[in-house]
Amino acid sequence: MKMKTLSVLFAGFCALPLSAQETNSLAQFQQRLDAMQANFERTLAAQRAEIDALKQELAAQRAAPPRPLLAETPPGASVLSAPAAPLRIGKGASYMDIGLVGTFAAGGSTANDFESLQLGGHDPNQRGFTMQGVELNLQGAVDSYFRGNANILFSVDGGGESFMELEEAWLETVTLPGNFTLRAGQFLSDFGRINTQHPHSWGFVDAPLVSARLLGPDGLRNPGARLAWLAPTPFFTELSFGIQNSHGETAASFRSEGHSHGGGAKEGVPFGFRHPDNDRGVRGFGDLLFTPRLATSFDLTDTQTLLLGVSAAFGPNSSGGSGDNRTQIYGVDAYWKWKPANAHGGFPFVSLQTEAMLRRYQLGAFDWDENADGRVDAGEVVDPGTGLPAVLARETVTDYGFYSQLHYGFRKDWVAGLRFDYVGGNTADYERLGVTLDGAALGRDPVRDERWRISPNLTWYPSEFSKVRLQYNYDDRARIGRDHSVWLQFEFLLGAHAAHKF
Amino acid sequence: MRTLLLGFAGILLAFSAQAKLNVVCTTPDLAAIAREVGGDRVDITTLTRPTEDPHFVDAKPSFIVKLNRADVLIHGGADLEVGWLPKLVEQARNAKIVSAAKGNVRCCEGVQMLEVPTTLDRSEGDIHAAGNPHYLVDPANAKIVAHHLAAAFAASDAAAGETFQANAAKFSAQLDAKLTEWTAQFAPFKGAKIVSYHKSWSYFAQRFGLEMNLFLEPKPGSPPSAAHLAGVIAKMKEQGVRVIIVDPYLDRKTAETVARATGAAVVDVAQFPGGVKGTEGGYIALMDHLVNSLTKALTK
Repeated sequence: MKMKTLSVLFAGFCALPLSAQETNSLAQFQQRLDAMQANFERTLAAQRAEIDALKQELAAQRAAPPRPLLAETPPGASVLSAPAAPLRIGKGASYMDIGLVGTFAAGGSTANDFESLQLGGHDPNQRGFTMQGVELNLQGAVDSYFRGNANILFSVDGGGESFMELEEAWLETVTLPGNFTLRAGQFLSDFGRINTQHPHSWGFVDAPLVSARLLGPDGLRNPGARLAWLAPTPFFTELSFGIQNSHGETAASFRSEGHSHGGGAKEGVPFGFRHPDNDRGVRGFGDLLFTPRLATSFDLTDTQTLLLGVSAAFGPNSSGGSGDNRTQIYGVDAYWKWKPANAHGGFPFVSLQTEAMLRRYQLGAFDWDENADGRVDAGEVVDPGTGLPAVLARETVTDYGFYSQLHYGFRKDWVAGLRFDYVGGNTADYERLGVTLDGAALGRDPVRDERWRISPNLTWYPSEFSKVRLQYNYDDRARIGRDHSVWLQFEFLLGAHAAHKF
Repeated sequence: MRTLLLGFAGILLAFSAQAKLNVVCTTPDLAAIAREVGGDRVDITTLTRPTEDPHFVDAKPSFIVKLNRADVLIHGGADLEVGWLPKLVEQARNAKIVSAAKGNVRCCEGVQMLEVPTTLDRSEGDIHAAGNPHYLVDPANAKIVAHHLAAAFAASDAAAGETFQANAAKFSAQLDAKLTEWTAQFAPFKGAKIVSYHKSWSYFAQRFGLEMNLFLEPKPGSPPSAAHLAGVIAKMKEQGVRVIIVDPYLDRKTAETVARATGAAVVDVAQFPGGVKGTEGGYIALMDHLVNSLTKALTK
């Protein structure tokens, strides 16, 4: 374009009449124009070369790995943009966290009746090695509204039989207005403290007596929904309400047929000396299991925290042959922890956890003459007064108990623990009758009789992901006697970093 | 009457416009920078104490309450708090601070991370998948975090955006000046070797040309064994290492034993302002103390 203008100008100049003097200045003028053109072309070439060089540099920078940042941040740098090398976040590298916890125990006891000695479904269940449980945990964000969690537990029972149970599988809202959280699926009922803690996170090798007896060997868990509300108080206060199915092995004090993980059938007399033949199903909303709970927490000082709770569980039960029978369980729990301001790796610390529970169980009326032949047959409970199969009246029995466990993490990775258990119940009418079975007097109901236990233990954590625990149990069971047991537990965790509730 | 009401409404509006951002920080170093950037437009709550081990904090219910009321959650973002923070955020019922929300600020974004593992294998100890999470002991990273926080605060409080930018710029300028000073102070000690307990000072070492390759713990998270310490003592004597640094929550006795055996000095350090006496003033006060005490120990 510029060339054209120059040419036109040049031509224009050519058109002018020329004198000798003018010819000379014309020559000069032409020289100047030539010089300008040459200069222009040089500049153009130089600029092109510079652009090419810059392009090459840019391409090289894009291909090269990022250099470490210099002392000055580039002005206006948007530090929210992702760096050249993607940040690898453990939890962000996959859509789900997977963890596996394997818990095993080895040891023995002076007792032979493990089923009655160890009440927990995943307690050591034999002399030798027990595969307490291998728990597979999967969790992650379902979408921006829900997060999900599942715990699948594999175990081997006392008789060597493998079984698998779904411990929990639920989704929970991430943000609901009004400080609510809604959980739906299969979950451990929000009752007390130990019920919602998975066995691998317990401070002891076995379940406390009171929770295993009153809530069941596997705790209280069923499919359902739970709504929890965080109150607008300056300290933590949470109110929760759960509605779940009321039947099954994992609702042992409700519409259940009894629960057994042990090798062989659970022989002997059923609970309350009567069969649970009275499951009338769910006729209405009131036949579900309800578990309200109120929990509150205070930071007593900079280094001490206290968590208190009160819970209840209401639902129907399937006891006896007739009657609309119900169960109510009440519990109070407290957890206190001290940890100094300069704790290393969480040590030292002292913690105390105590729970007390009470159950009122309505036993249904039951006639042992099940084949209605008016005679005593084998396997029927007999009333010595009449000499005929016993007819048991409806009554409500009360069972209660508590446990208290103290932990002292005295050195990094070492924890000493001590637990005291007590469980018992009132002497009911059916126990006073003096009934007999196959000639032998039944006396007190063994699943409601008094017992206590003291368990000191020592745990060593080689890392956060493994543990070895040595525990001694001294059991005193009324009308049965005293027993000593020693268990060595070992546990490992593979996979995602599991965090536990306080 | 009308004018009075309008005036009242105006004052109320002014107050609401002046409402401070409720900011919750996980560790005190982030809180110190947040304070510089936020100024009086933010109310800062810190979850951990400066003397506390940030890896192992109890997820206390009182934290849930604090998080429930927060507008912004500031955390390291590199899995330092992974043992306790996610559980708290899950129970906090606060849409503003869940992981995808703009009120959830991962401070490691924009920072060049060191020691990012190529494979995740726990036999190497408790390693962090995102790299070494203790990046704030390098003042250059403090600048990045400051700018990041200015942007994050502005996202939640657009009206004060310019204030935050100005504060961040001022802090940045102060750090620039100080960084030249600190680098000059460390210049005569380039390549000096220092022993630490845990591998949490890599960024500091890289910035100031120090060498920290000897650790009192054999692997991250494992306690020091007698055999390992004997090896450390031997190497210290061989390489002429004269300084051991100890954080407030670590076992000083172990460090003192090693120091006695090798004639080295034990220096109290902290990653958080307030962790060691004389560092309560803030980030720059902390770095000043660290640089001064280390150069003094290296001089001996």
